[in-house]
Amino acid sequence: MTNALELKDVEKTFGSVLALRGVSLEVGPASVTCVLGDNGAGKSTLIKILSGVHKQSTGLFQVEGKDAVFESPRDALANGIATVFQDLATIPLMSVWRNFFLGNEIRKGFGPFKWLDVNKMKEIAKQELLAMGIDLRDTNQPIGTLSGGERQAVAIARAVHFGAKVLILDEPTSALGVRQSGIVLKYVLAAKDRGVAVVFITHNPHHAYLVGDRFYLLNRGRMIANFERDNVHLEELTKAMAGGAELEALTHEISVVRK
Amino acid sequence: MTSVATPQKDERVKNAGLIVKILRRPEFGAFLGAIAIFILFATTDTTGNFANLGGIAGWTDIAAPIGIVGIAVALLMIGGEFDLSSGVLVGTTGLLIGMLVTNVGLDIWSSIAIALVFAAGIGFVNGYVVIKTKLPSFIVTLATFFVLKGANFAFTKFVTGSVRVSGTDKAAGFKDAAKIFASTFGAQGQAFQISVVWWIVITLIATFVLTRTRFGNWIYAVGGDANAARNAGVPVDRTKIILFIITSLASALVGIMFVLRLQGMQAGQGVGQEFYYIIAAAVGGTLLTGGAGSAIGASIGAMIMGMAYIGIPYSAWDSDWTSTFLGIILFTAVMINTYIGRKAKGGKK
Repeated sequence: MTNALELKDVEKTFGSVLALRGVSLEVGPASVTCVLGDNGAGKSTLIKILSGVHKQSTGLFQVEGKDAVFESPRDALANGIATVFQDLATIPLMSVWRNFFLGNEIRKGFGPFKWLDVNKMKEIAKQELLAMGIDLRDTNQPIGTLSGGERQAVAIARAVHFGAKVLILDEPTSALGVRQSGIVLKYVLAAKDRGVAVVFITHNPHHAYLVGDRFYLLNRGRMIANFERDNVHLEELTKAMAGGAELEALTHEISVVRK
Repeated sequence: MTSVATPQKDERVKNAGLIVKILRRPEFGAFLGAIAIFILFATTDTTGNFANLGGIAGWTDIAAPIGIVGIAVALLMIGGEFDLSSGVLVGTTGLLIGMLVTNVGLDIWSSIAIALVFAAGIGFVNGYVVIKTKLPSFIVTLATFFVLKGANFAFTKFVTGSVRVSGTDKAAGFKDAAKIFASTFGAQGQAFQISVVWWIVITLIATFVLTRTRFGNWIYAVGGDANAARNAGVPVDRTKIILFIITSLASALVGIMFVLRLQGMQAGQGVGQEFYYIIAAAVGGTLLTGGAGSAIGASIGAMIMGMAYIGIPYSAWDSDWTSTFLGIILFTAVMINTYIGRKAKGGKK
């Protein structure tokens, strides 16, 4: 099966700064691929390459087996790659349905005279959200009145509705509480069930382990490990994520200090 | 589309109905203010004319040009930007038309066309510079304001030898143009300015554009959160540049009206007016940080200013206090708008 998305030996430099080195990544269709990394690991740079904000300096970037040349996020979007940025996904003062259809407004009219088909958009927004299991009271309320988890969920539902084949989630749970994170994780799986390839970028191995099929560990700009779900345990993942040996050394240090 | 089941009315939506809906409108505060100010001047009026057609013709005459540009400024502010050059550009376009007519000898229509293209160019430059340099539009348009203010005087003096241009009424086509941009129409013997019609039509069009078109959706989006809008595929830069151009065109329209009506133009015309436009927008519920507001609100804001300008002398108050009055109105209105806005959203900020 062709991978929905593939990176091979990708390098990204900003002047003299090496942000990513030799990064390879395979994202299968209808799966959840987790990219784990601590602060400064290069997660943001990776997202920006995948979503068309930056171009890789060297290396291969393929979408469904074809070379991807994205000039802008709009290009990536047109190729079915949608990115939900943490806190940058929705516009707080605009209503839920306006946010849902932003950039993809449904219009009616004739010739150059076109106007928004408000009722249709409200109706579709309500139904699509319901299909993802998001039951909103009123799609007319400003999206800023929803909780953080619900806002992320709306952004995910929007991407799925507009035919995203690959959905990139940038730290969707990092600013959320336990319950809210649970809501978002549920929608990650709902998206996968609808055939979407999800790239879930996070620094939380617990959240990743709950939904992931494959895990990549990013550290200081390199992919240091990757695991399939079947042959990895949460402890292993957590340990690898924290830098294994480093964590043990830290545990030792702290235990010395606490004595 | 019969397969699409209409979602049932959700029982969790409190059926607050019309009143809360009205309360939620951004222009609601301004609307209350307009009524209060109307009542204030209607009762303190010493001439007995304020609430008559004559009085209304008077204050709508003041309000119309403020409203026309104020609406455009409101759209721009909803889009998250400022334009401080909107006042001086009224003068610039008027002077340009005057000079094209009297010193170059063009007919009035060609002059108007050139002035509109020129204004659109200024708007484009404002927008393009703001986008490219990422400097605050406050600074960029403040610079444009001063550049044009100086040019208005220097260039007018250079061409005409004085600080005014006059004699536009001798140009070919003046009568027809004046009919469209600077005539009056009667209602029970009172002369209303044609600018009032323009003002109302522009209010309606702008309201439709804002609430019922894709471009309107994008205006709210780029002002609410430009990054999120960009991520959703909205052409943020283009939207903002178009808003700057619309604002400049609105200023040009008012410039055309003035130069035809006054049959000439002073070099200092329009300077200082930019604040009236911003006041109209802000009083009307436009958020200064962008992302919220309405065209009707800006119109009501302009109406309040028109009423103050006519009402204060009618009430035999010292009209030197007009600006002070407007300052207090501005502050009170923005306070009330913010308060209502918080309340109407229901608990959460």
